[in-house]
Amino acid sequence: MKGLGELERSIMDILWAENAPLTAREVGRLIEDRDLAPTTVMTVLDRLSRKGFLTRTRDGRAWRYQPAASRDAYVAELMLEALDMTGDRDAALTRFARAVSGSEAEILLKALTELEEE
Amino acid sequence: MIAAAVLAALAMICAVAAWRLTFARWTWRAPRTAILLWQSLGLTWGLASTGALLAFALDPYRKGVVHGLGEFLLSVEFGVRTPHDYLRLAALVAGLSLLAVLIALPLAAGAQTLRARRRHRLLLALVARDEPAVPGVRVVDFPGAAAYCLPGLKSQVVISDGTLHLLSSAELEAVLAHEAAHVRERHDLVLLPFAALRRALPWSKLVSDAQESVELLVEMAADDRARQRCCPRRLATALLRFGTSAALPTPQGALGASAPSSVMARVDRLVRPEVALPITHRFLILAGSVMLATSAPLLWLLPG
Repeated sequence: MKGLGELERSIMDILWAENAPLTAREVGRLIEDRDLAPTTVMTVLDRLSRKGFLTRTRDGRAWRYQPAASRDAYVAELMLEALDMTGDRDAALTRFARAVSGSEAEILLKALTELEEE
Repeated sequence: MIAAAVLAALAMICAVAAWRLTFARWTWRAPRTAILLWQSLGLTWGLASTGALLAFALDPYRKGVVHGLGEFLLSVEFGVRTPHDYLRLAALVAGLSLLAVLIALPLAAGAQTLRARRRHRLLLALVARDEPAVPGVRVVDFPGAAAYCLPGLKSQVVISDGTLHLLSSAELEAVLAHEAAHVRERHDLVLLPFAALRRALPWSKLVSDAQESVELLVEMAADDRARQRCCPRRLATALLRFGTSAALPTPQGALGASAPSSVMARVDRLVRPEVALPITHRFLILAGSVMLATSAPLLWLLPG
C-alpha cells in the first residue's frame, strides 16, 4: 500500500496525462495498484479537490474530476518562488544563489574560466 | 527623564552602529558572530526606540516604562493639562503604535511565510520526484538552475533538473552541503525578523541594507560549513555557474543591485580565504552583543 502522498501524486499524474475529466471509477482503472479500494480513490480525489488541485463537475450520479491547473503551471509557480522572482523578498526559502544578468554575468564568466584554467 | 534620554541615545547608537555595520567587511571573516551582532542591534533598537517614547510619556509616574505602563493601563488617567502633556500624549501614542507594529508585523510575516511554505510543500509533493543519484533531495523538472531549502520541521532540499545538468558531481555535493547547513542551523529563522522589519519600514534604506547584509552573512555562514565538508573551489565554481546560467528573463526589481557583487564576494572568500577573526575579537563582539541586548530591557525597568 502506497502512502497517501504518493497516491495523490500518481492520481494527479493520471489526470494530467488524460485530457478529459475522469470519474473515480475511471481513475481507479488507470491506477497501477489494482488492489486499491474504490473508496480510497474517492477519498484521495476528494482531498485533492478540497486542496484546490482538482475541479469536479456532476455527471449523472458521479463526479468527474480534472486538474485545476497544468503540471507546468505548478512547476512555474514553484520555480518563480525558488528564483526569488515573485517581487517580494520573503524569507520563505533559503536559496543557494541568484542568477545575474548582462554585464555582471560576463564578470562571473571570466572568473569561472580563470578558476577552471588554474 | 533619565531613562528616556538614555533609551533615545541607545536607539541612536544602534541605528548608527547598524549603518556602519552595513559597510563593515570584517563581518565576512566571522559571519556567525556578525549575525549575532545584527540580531542584538535589531532587538535593542526596537526596544530602545519604543522605550524612549514611552519613558518620556510616562515620566510623571516615576516608575519606569514597564510599571508605568501597567499603572496607566489600570487607571487610564493621563492628565492632559499643559501643552507639554500633549507632547507626552503624542509620544505615548507613537510609542504604543511603534511597539504594536514591531510585534504584529513579524507575527504577520511569520504567518504569511508559513502559508507560503505550506503551499510550496503541497505543490512539491505533487510535482517533485526523487532522483536515485541524489538521495534525500527533491528534484523538480525545470531547465533553469535552482537550488534551495524549504525550511520547516521537516526541511526539504530541492534542486531543479537543470542544476543536475549544470553542475559536476563534486559541485553538486558542495551545493547540497551548503543547503544542509541552512537546514541544520535554521537560517530561515534568522532571516524572518529582518524580512518582517523590511516589510514594516519599506522606505528605510538602512533596513533594506541591513536585510541584504544579513542575507549575505547567512549565505557565507553556510558556505563556511560546506567548505569544511568539501572542496571550496568546487563550491566557488558552482556559485559562478549558477550566477552565469541564463535564468528566465528577469522581471523588473526582482534582483537587488548587490546581487552580482554578493556572488563575487562569496567566490572570493572561497578561493582566497582570509584569516578568520581572532577569537578574542569574536568574544568581545559576542559579549558586547549580549550586553546590548540586556541593556534595553533593564532600562525599561529603570524608574524616572
